[in-house]
Amino acid sequence: MKQTKTTELLVGMFVAAGIAALFVLAMKVSNLSTFTQTDTYTVTAHFENIGGLKVRSPVTVGGVRVGRVSAIDYDTQRYEAVVSLELDQKYDNFPEDTSASIYTAGLLGEQYIGLEPGGSPDVLSDGAEIELTQSALIMEKLVSKFLFSKAAEGGQNVDAQ
Amino acid sequence: MSTTCWSCQPRRPVKHMLEWIRQLGRGGFEFFEKLGRGNLFLLKTLVGMPAVLARPHLLIVQLLSVGVLSFLIIAVSGLFVGMVLALQGYNTLVDFGAEESLGVVVSLSIVRELGPVVTALLFAGRAGSALTAEIGLMKATEQLSGMEMMAVDPIHRVIAPRFLAGFLAMPLLAAIFSAVGIYGGFFVGVGLLGVDDGAFWSQMQDKVDLYEDVLNGVIKSLVFGFVCAWIAVFEGYDATPTSEGVSRATTRTVVHSALAVLGLDFVLTALMFGDN
Repeated sequence: MKQTKTTELLVGMFVAAGIAALFVLAMKVSNLSTFTQTDTYTVTAHFENIGGLKVRSPVTVGGVRVGRVSAIDYDTQRYEAVVSLELDQKYDNFPEDTSASIYTAGLLGEQYIGLEPGGSPDVLSDGAEIELTQSALIMEKLVSKFLFSKAAEGGQNVDAQ
Repeated sequence: MSTTCWSCQPRRPVKHMLEWIRQLGRGGFEFFEKLGRGNLFLLKTLVGMPAVLARPHLLIVQLLSVGVLSFLIIAVSGLFVGMVLALQGYNTLVDFGAEESLGVVVSLSIVRELGPVVTALLFAGRAGSALTAEIGLMKATEQLSGMEMMAVDPIHRVIAPRFLAGFLAMPLLAAIFSAVGIYGGFFVGVGLLGVDDGAFWSQMQDKVDLYEDVLNGVIKSLVFGFVCAWIAVFEGYDATPTSEGVSRATTRTVVHSALAVLGLDFVLTALMFGDN
């Protein structure tokens, strides 16, 4: 009988350790702790080019995270990407003329949306659209622009001589 | 013309070749026979599950030998795997000035891959081989036939509790491995190498997704637990009842489990993480 009790105790401790480990993985390692199931509201924004933006990418204002990208779609009427932003209900007083830009965190980091509040007295509500947007910077476009302008300069110099 | 064939008998090449083809066919038949036996066996075991739930004591005893006694090797392996990952990752990341991402590297590689896979490999070596040897020896010493004589179904009494114990122990062991491994990486990264404490955890929490990474790791370990436990009990039950047969069955358990785990890991990874 004593043997049985010890066995049960050891197995119970083992199972508890396993569940505790799962709990650690969920709470300490993964994003569950930052997963605030608070109320959110959704606004949309059209971008010409979203670069490497992904669903779940962060949305920040002045570096503070206020929400995340909940969906990315393509508008075949306007030929632009539509990004849905899920913003925390806590931050519900952004002016209507807030602008959204796609930035890159660091040189090679992931892309995120930065909001910049405007000065309008009306605020963005659920389902509203952010009108002022700025697309992601595409490295190839920048490089080619630079090269073309250099080439044009070179051509002018030749003409001048 | 036939004299060029040096390995077979020069005078009867045709007969020799026929024999070879016959053996090929026999090998193929045996393979499919065994596959069929294995699946029928699994079906019988699953049907026998209610009998285990009626006698939970059988399961608890098996959980002790399969799970609790594997705890130490799993925890120690996890600790060292995490520590090595942190060391190796740090050396690479510091070249890019990205040593703050060490937590992400360690946790993602452990939670997604190394946790389930290394646990399954260790489990096959530590617990699977023991299960096979135990059941094989029971068969060799005719204990299983003895049970049948007493109208006790050995599948209900012997096989099903062991199978269920293996299946349940694996995800728990894998979770322990992952958690201990990440703390091992934390001790080396933050304690020894001087990575910032806050950055280590916050970047990890930022990049590791509960469903995408942690839950998929648990699903992997469930699949591996099922396969490893199945192979172990089946090889034991199917072993030739001699000492040589049992030793071969034990070897097969470890080899087949390892191959199955690594092969399935590729398939599961492709299914889970292959779409982005």
